This record gives sequence, structure tokens and C-alpha cells, in this order.
Amino acid sequence: MNNQQKWVAFSTIVRREIRRFMRIWPQTLVPPVITMALYFVIFGKLIGSRIGEMSDLPYIQFVAPGLIMMSIITNSYANVVSSFFGSKFQRNIEELLVSPTPNWIILTGYVVGGMSRGIGVGLIVTLLSLYFAEFSLHSIPVTIGIVLMTALMFSLAGLINAIFANSFDDISIIPTFVLTPLIYLGGVFYSIDLLGGLWKAISLFNPILYMVNAFRYGMVGITDINIVGSFAMVGLFSALLFTVALFLLEKGSRLRS
Amino acid sequence: MKQFENNALSITALTKVYGKDFEALKGIDLQVAPGDFFALLGPNGAGKSTIIGIICSLVRKSSGSVTIFGKNIDEDFSAAKQFVGVVPQEFNFNQFEKPLDILITQAGYYGIPATVAAGRAEKYLKQLGLWDKRNIASRNLSGGMKRRLMVARALIHEPKLLVLDEPTAGVDIELRRSMWAFLKKINKQGTTIILTTHYLEEAESLCRNVAIIDRGRIIQNTSIRELIKKLNKETFIIDIKDKIDVCPEVVNYPLSMLDASSLEVSVDKNRSINDLFKALNEQGIQVLSMRNKANRLEELFFDLVEKNLVSADGEASDE
Ligand SMILES: Nc1ncnc2c1ncn2[C@@H]1O[C@H](COP(=O)(O)OP(=O)(O)OP(=O)(O)O)[C@@H](O)[C@H]1O
Ligand SMILES: [Mg+2]
Repeated sequence: MNNQQKWVAFSTIVRREIRRFMRIWPQTLVPPVITMALYFVIFGKLIGSRIGEMSDLPYIQFVAPGLIMMSIITNSYANVVSSFFGSKFQRNIEELLVSPTPNWIILTGYVVGGMSRGIGVGLIVTLLSLYFAEFSLHSIPVTIGIVLMTALMFSLAGLINAIFANSFDDISIIPTFVLTPLIYLGGVFYSIDLLGGLWKAISLFNPILYMVNAFRYGMVGITDINIVGSFAMVGLFSALLFTVALFLLEKGSRLRS
Repeated sequence: MKQFENNALSITALTKVYGKDFEALKGIDLQVAPGDFFALLGPNGAGKSTIIGIICSLVRKSSGSVTIFGKNIDEDFSAAKQFVGVVPQEFNFNQFEKPLDILITQAGYYGIPATVAAGRAEKYLKQLGLWDKRNIASRNLSGGMKRRLMVARALIHEPKLLVLDEPTAGVDIELRRSMWAFLKKINKQGTTIILTTHYLEEAESLCRNVAIIDRGRIIQNTSIRELIKKLNKETFIIDIKDKIDVCPEVVNYPLSMLDASSLEVSVDKNRSINDLFKALNEQGIQVLSMRNKANRLEELFFDLVEKNLVSADGEASDE
């Protein structure tokens, strides 16, 4: 394949991925928006007013960036894991496997598809949050940078999950037992300065903490941890996941018999 | 292997072991010339789909080499794949997508832009009688339509080698005929075709060359014409005018009664059927009509597989 053909293959995958989540929008776009609207009402308005301030910010302003990030993470992951596993399950992944499309194009195509949904939902949720609180963007490059890298990292993770998955149970285990706890303990709802020494130390192993804080910094200008460190951490994880995903595709494990 | 360099397909010493020790292919050698129409025949589990899987890279071979129009699938992965279009045995498209989208997407995977693909999709959907159905979810197509959709999909990048794994399974007789006509047409236009089938009649009416495979080995690789020559017996069914009670006896023609007004007879190729009619006539039996029983290839096929079974048993007892 020459470069132009590769580009066609790549954009075909991305377009097909976007078409997929747009076609089933009641399953892909509506639920996250409803969930987030509830979070905003409950934490922002009802409980938030009792909490007062967190890190010197009104609680709604503290929690909104975390919630936006949460929707980007879960939707990027969910899109790739269900789309890729779905095409394994229906066997239409074979359409790609018999084609001359190189594995790294397959990988980036699916990942960009997942990022599109993650960022798309993130944008809708951001618009929604504007109804509940006011923000002025503190740093546009930090905000955009961390959003892209987070969506990238969780799309990659979703792909790896899908390659290993043999059943629909297997694609909900990681989101339920790993992703959700990490998100809830990743500084979305509270500042880790509230935690004692040991718990704070443990929290520092949670990559989501770094993303949420970097994003919050980008939006409202406060963070519990070093921003450069955040980017380094997310970059490192993404590079690692990319390598693993590509290795699995090259090996053809669980895809070719 | 110089003389095979330009073959459409060249397979040497191909083996496949599934899991730890299930040998699905035990050393396959196969040559298919450009422009050929080639049949791969064999009973269930013979290894036909495994060979096809290896050709289109869905199955990883254990050893051996596969070359497609001179491109080795290990060394020249991308070029080799451009040459092959495959129609798998089982449906493997996204059931929620529309036929038109499926074709244009598949073209995209081969680097063909949507503008070009749209024209080709129209051409093949029309030729295969699916144009009216282009915009319905493909799960709502009938079984035969789904199979034709997979044929259109395999052709969208205009491959030089088309491989079909049981293309007419679950297709009614009329459609089967039109599928045959279609395949003959594209073969005439220059596409090399390999197909697997259980319908020997299909191989006989479509293909020039044939390989018969059984339990991972090729047991016969020849032209259809040669194969048919090897048949030395034909079985006929004879309908007679008056009902009879006892089966007539004619030397050299073993007759058996199917019912009071029909007989079955197995005739050596080099014997004239006239003598049989004469003998029956002398016994006062008038023949109304006669037809071939089953398929002649069918018999040969069972014959060969049977022999293979015997020799394989011999092998086993030697060990
Ligand atoms: N993924 C697999 N894992 C283990 N064994 C397999 C696998 N695929 C096929 N086999 C075995 O390999 C043998 C050959 O299978 P294959 O599908 O190639 O046969 P076939 O000739 O296509 O048969 P059919 O006419 O029924 O389609 C069979 O015994 C089958 O059970
Ligand atoms: Mg088969």
C-alpha cells in the first residue's frame, strides 16, 4: 500500500467507527449525558452547596472538570472495546484482517474512532456543565493536550481489552472492577490533600489522578500535582499501551487461528 | 520451483497444526495456473477451509510456503493480499450495516477511495441482483442474498484470484445456476477462481482442474476430464413398460429391482448398453426410459476416499 492508500484505509476505519456510534446514539451518546446531568444536579447544586469549597473553589467548579474527564475516559474506552469486540464476535474483523491494511493503521483507526466519541461526549458534557457553573479556561494548550492524551490512552486500553475478550462478560469486567474504582478514587470528587499520608501515597499510583488534575488545571487553574509530571505519566502509559496493542495485532493472537 | 513462479497460486509443503497436536493439513502441494477454474473437493473436515484461511491470512500456517501471483504471503504480505478476494464459508459481515456501506468500507480497506468504490459497488450489486437491497440492514437479507453480498464484497478490489468457500451452500437451484453463470463470466474475463464445494456436479460443470483432499492430504490432483475418464462404471435406472415379479438376469449386467416397474443396473464403461436392451427385449421386457443414477463423480469420489481410508489404515498399522 502506498501512503495515499493507507490514508484511505485509515479514514475508512475512522468514518465507520463514527458512523457506528452515531447510528446507535441512544446507547452511546444519551446515557453519559443523562448520568452527568444527574451528577451536576446532585453534587453541584444539592450537595455541593452544603460542601462549600474544595481547594478554594466552589464545589461545582471543582467537580465539573473531573466529571467531564470521567465521561471522556469511559466513552473512549467503551467505544473501542465494544466496537472491536463486536467485530470480533460478528467476525467482520476478518474484512480488515484479509485486507492489506497494516496493523498500525487498524490500531490508529480504531483509536481515533474511540477518541472521537470520548471527546464528542466530553464536549456535550462541557456544554451541559456551563448551565450549572461558569468557567474561564485557564490554559487552552493544557486542556486540549490532556484531553487528547487521555482519550488516546483509554482507547488503546479498550482495544487491548477487546483483543483479549472472549465474551461480552469479558468486556465489562475491566470497566466495572478496574476503571470505575480508579475514576472514583482518582480525585474526581475530592482533592487528595484530604487524604492521609498512606492513602495519598497509594493514590499517586493511580494514572487517572494525573489526568483529572491536569485537566482541572487547564480549566480552572488548580492542581494537586505537578502538570509536567502528569503529561509525562500519561504519555508513558500511552506509549506502553500502544506498543502492547500493536504487538498483539502483529501476533494475531485471538484474531487469527 | 522456477516453473511455478508465475502461477496464480503456488502452495508447497503446507502444514497446519491446530492447538497442540491436531494436524489439519499434512503437507499440501498445489499449483493453480493463471486463468484456471479450480475445484477443491473433499468431505467435511478435510481441510479445505483451512487452506483457504491460510491463503487469505486468517489462519496461521505451521510450515510450508504460499505464493500468490509470485508474491510470497510472508515476504510480500501487502501485495499478495491485493491479489486475493475471498468469500468465506460463513457469513462474516456486520449484520447491522447496509450492503452498500459494507462494499464501500471493504474497498476502503484496500485503499480504494469512496468515489471509485461507489461505482464498483453499483456494478457488482447490480450484477448480483442486490441493488434493490443496497440500503437495508444486511441482517434482513435472505441467506442466498447474504452469500451474493459476500461475492460482491470479495470482488470490490478486483482481485486476480477469487477464492470461494462453498459459494452455493444454502442457495436455491435457480440462484445456483445464475451464480455459476456469473462465476463463469468473470473467469472468462480473466479472474482465476478456486472454489470448494460438496456438490460434485458443481465442480463438473464449472471447473477445469480439481484437487481432492481428504484428512489433510491431497489424494487426487488432475483435470476434471481426466477424472471422469477414470470412471469405469455408470449406474442407470431403467423404467420398464410391464410390471414384473422377478428380477431378470443378464450376463455381465448386474440388475436389481427397485420396484415392479424399475430396475437398476451398473454398467462397465467399455460395454455397450445396446446388448442389455437386446437381452431384456428377448425376455419380453420393454424399456420405457433410462436415466443416470446420482452423480458419476459422486461415486468416484467415494471410491477415492474409501481407498484413502484403506491406505491410511495401512499407514497406522505400520507405526
Ligand atoms: N480453529 C480451529 N481449531 C481447531 N481445529 C480446527 C479449527 N478449524 C478447523 N479445525 C479442524 O481442522 C479440520 C479441517 O477443518 P476445515 O474447516 O478446514 O475443513 P473443511 O474441509 O473446510 O470442512 P467442511 O467441508 O465441513 O467445511 C477439522 O477437523 C476441524 O475440526
Ligand atoms: Mg470448510
